[in-house]
Amino acid sequence: MKRLLLSVRNLKTHFPLAKTIVKAVDGISFDLFEGETLCVVGESGSGKSAAARSILQILDRPGKIVDGEILLHRYREDDTTPSAIIDIAKLGRSSRAMQMVRRQDISMIFQEPMSSLSLAHSCGDQIVEAILLRHPRMAKRDAWQRAVELLRQMQLPDPALTASQYPFQLSGGMRQRAMIAMALASEPRILIADEPTTALDVTTQAEILALLERLRSSLGLGVIFITHDVGVVANIADRVAVMQLGKVVETGDLRSIFDHPQHPYTRMLLASAQRLEKPSPLRATVVPVESTHANVRPILKVRDLGKTFVLRRGLLGNGLKELRAVDGVSFDVMPRENVGIVGESGSGKSTMARCIVGLHNASAGSMLYRDASDGEVELAGRVRKGNDPLLREVRMIFQDPFSALNPRMTVGQIIGEPIRLAKTARGRELKERVAELLSLVGLEPRMMERYPHAFSGGQRQRIVIARAIATSPRLIVADEATSALDVSLRAQMLDLMLELQNRLNLSYVFITHDISNIRYFCDRVVVMHQGKVVETGTVDAVLNAPSHDYTKRLIASVPRPDPSLQTPQ
Amino acid sequence: MTQISDVSAPKVAPGAIKAPPDSGETPFRLMWRKLRRHRLAQISGVILILLYAIALLADFLAPRDPNAYIGRFTYAPPQQLHLFDGVTFAPFVYDYKVTVDPDALKRSFEVNPDKKIPVHFFVASEPYKLLGFIPLQHRFIGPADPESPFYLFGADRLGRDMLSRLIHGARISLSIGLSGVMLSLLIGVIVGGISGYVGGRTDMIIQRIIEFIWSLPQIPLWLGLAAAMPRDWTSLQAYFVITIILALIGWTELARVVRGRVLALKTEDFVAAARLDGASELRIILRHIVPSFMSHIIAVATLAIPAMILAETTLSYLGLGLQAPIVSWGVLLREAQNIRSIASAPWLLAPGFAVILAVLALNFFGDGLRDAADPYS
Repeated sequence: MKRLLLSVRNLKTHFPLAKTIVKAVDGISFDLFEGETLCVVGESGSGKSAAARSILQILDRPGKIVDGEILLHRYREDDTTPSAIIDIAKLGRSSRAMQMVRRQDISMIFQEPMSSLSLAHSCGDQIVEAILLRHPRMAKRDAWQRAVELLRQMQLPDPALTASQYPFQLSGGMRQRAMIAMALASEPRILIADEPTTALDVTTQAEILALLERLRSSLGLGVIFITHDVGVVANIADRVAVMQLGKVVETGDLRSIFDHPQHPYTRMLLASAQRLEKPSPLRATVVPVESTHANVRPILKVRDLGKTFVLRRGLLGNGLKELRAVDGVSFDVMPRENVGIVGESGSGKSTMARCIVGLHNASAGSMLYRDASDGEVELAGRVRKGNDPLLREVRMIFQDPFSALNPRMTVGQIIGEPIRLAKTARGRELKERVAELLSLVGLEPRMMERYPHAFSGGQRQRIVIARAIATSPRLIVADEATSALDVSLRAQMLDLMLELQNRLNLSYVFITHDISNIRYFCDRVVVMHQGKVVETGTVDAVLNAPSHDYTKRLIASVPRPDPSLQTPQ
Repeated sequence: MTQISDVSAPKVAPGAIKAPPDSGETPFRLMWRKLRRHRLAQISGVILILLYAIALLADFLAPRDPNAYIGRFTYAPPQQLHLFDGVTFAPFVYDYKVTVDPDALKRSFEVNPDKKIPVHFFVASEPYKLLGFIPLQHRFIGPADPESPFYLFGADRLGRDMLSRLIHGARISLSIGLSGVMLSLLIGVIVGGISGYVGGRTDMIIQRIIEFIWSLPQIPLWLGLAAAMPRDWTSLQAYFVITIILALIGWTELARVVRGRVLALKTEDFVAAARLDGASELRIILRHIVPSFMSHIIAVATLAIPAMILAETTLSYLGLGLQAPIVSWGVLLREAQNIRSIASAPWLLAPGFAVILAVLALNFFGDGLRDAADPYS
């Protein structure tokens, strides 16, 4: 019989603003038992982080718990009845009792370990501080020993070294391990993890998830794991709470949630994640590339592409260092084909994308582009300016729809800018063209008078796409076009891009770190690792039977949104 | 292009197109709305409007010519303005009872409750031109008989009306801040913009020059520049030279701010997008980058005005800025330089309070503007 650790009842957390009250958490209830992982899943703005922060009373101002109970159960050794039940919601934000709760009962790990660890103290010192708060009488040297031991439990290769290092000397994965060590230093019963792997690469994520899983079972922790990733939920959850707009719409066991989702929102969330598990139905309309290979020539032929950055050290430029971001990359893109470039951060995929569109100058190799009149144009070393037709034919979709749109220009001006500069239309004609583009990407033409801040993330990405297709391009480079979006919007955005492809005869170079996007969207895939291509082939061949070790590891690390597909831990 | 004109819009899931309710607002209206929530900035804004209105209408509002003097009333203390005589509206002030100490030859003033001096609104005066082009021959308020004493803020060493001098001083002191900032804004945006956008060695050189200027001790530098100004220049020339001296030092701060903003914006994707749209460098800077930080720059410039006002006051106080007969708050404060005159006539410090009021109001207003100008960051 598992013991109940935490019982949240009808919790309400509100953020009173000047005119309105944002009900971030609006009456949620759930229980957490010993040794289980409860996944709280929801999209951005669902209130899952506010709920987690309410439990530790570390809400940002003006957030306040206005109603409900957070009942923490304390036990003496192996007793089955709690020795004390504390209602955290009733405690003051900085009261002694609340400090005791944070010191010994509940710990939290955050999304960005860089900003949650102090840069001015070594990792060891920060862990020692947590240990000494828990055991005030422990000798400093013993506490240090214990800190090193904790880091060893985190499977760090050289725990003694890591303890003496500062957070900025560590990689993202190591930092997150140090963060977990610090959270566990206080020997808590409950661990709250707020999107702890979102900022990490997928292979690192898999390692951290496995580590958390091991710690949970060996220490009997109750883990509240907050995530937006349905794949992660399927991978680690025992029970699931689905949140939408501040409410828990459904709770249940992992299998019952995935096999028999009751609430329409849960169904929608699972469906949008699972939809990306197989090729898009819209892809079927495209003629298979292989059959036409003989008489169709590639629209883009990249050969031995290289991009080297010179890193300068010191004021006088001494100690030159080179970074080979892209190193001898070759691939072809056929007309109307979608080529996926997949890799983790630092693999050089974005740099390569910027070389193709001309934002970077390639240092080596060639990129032969077949233009509309069937002539070959060398893109490498060509400065594209002003009215260059290449600027119109090769376009880019950016990753972050918030940074990609000028906040001081109306949507009409943003989409009209490339048309105006290409001098293909102006005045009334330009306006009509913008209206047409807006309706083409599923927005209303009358929205052209508005500024970008009036739009949601998904709408902004549609505007970015409208700008990309404004000049009737032939090749579009999409750099992480969906990674800033919620799951439910990703498939929509990919469908939009596929529809546009069928209408406008586009070819895509699709840069992503997300394997599921590749499976849904692409015909062929190029796997990049540290600037080099490690494997290339059709999506089916590479994803189902990877030959290179790195590809195998990458694909095995991706959490699939289906509990039955998980490898047993 | 015709290939896409005849197709219908793709189907989009409901809810995907839903704009927040505050849509359709321009960034400047958004800024205005934020500013209206900033109580202190609002009050300061009203004070500033009043101050600048007073400066503009100085000729009309000041009861007397700022240089007119009456020898009998040196260091006369402030009079109280009474609006009602009994129950009828008839504004007046009481006359002084002047006694001269035969030993010290010092005048002492007492209120003479027996003699009332009637005060009229819109009294006739010698003709003048308001704002330089509206011919008028009335002032807002003044004694019915121009020879009788009327010193609401007291009189100075020569028996000149402090109130009138204060009002006329506002003109110079407030405008020198504005024009100095305009000039330094121009230099700052150009130099800072180049520094940030071009980057590399150009940026390095410009930044080292700015640091060099910062390393110069300010007051001796002002003194040197002001001392180099020929004595026989007209007051107008002196005014312009002082403005330029202030701007030549003031632009560095603004250039740094502009550079920082340009550096930050340069790496934004929307600038890359503009480049891919085929925009020229000039268009990228003027159309895409500058408007993005214009509101921020206006706020920073507002915060730079008080420094200019203080600098002018300091220079004039030290006797190296503007010279009498020009009236500025700094020039007026020179009168309060020695302890004895302050002891006997504390109202000579009034220009100091005017400076404090103007500087605080500008600072609070600038703070409010700056907070409101960054709704996106």
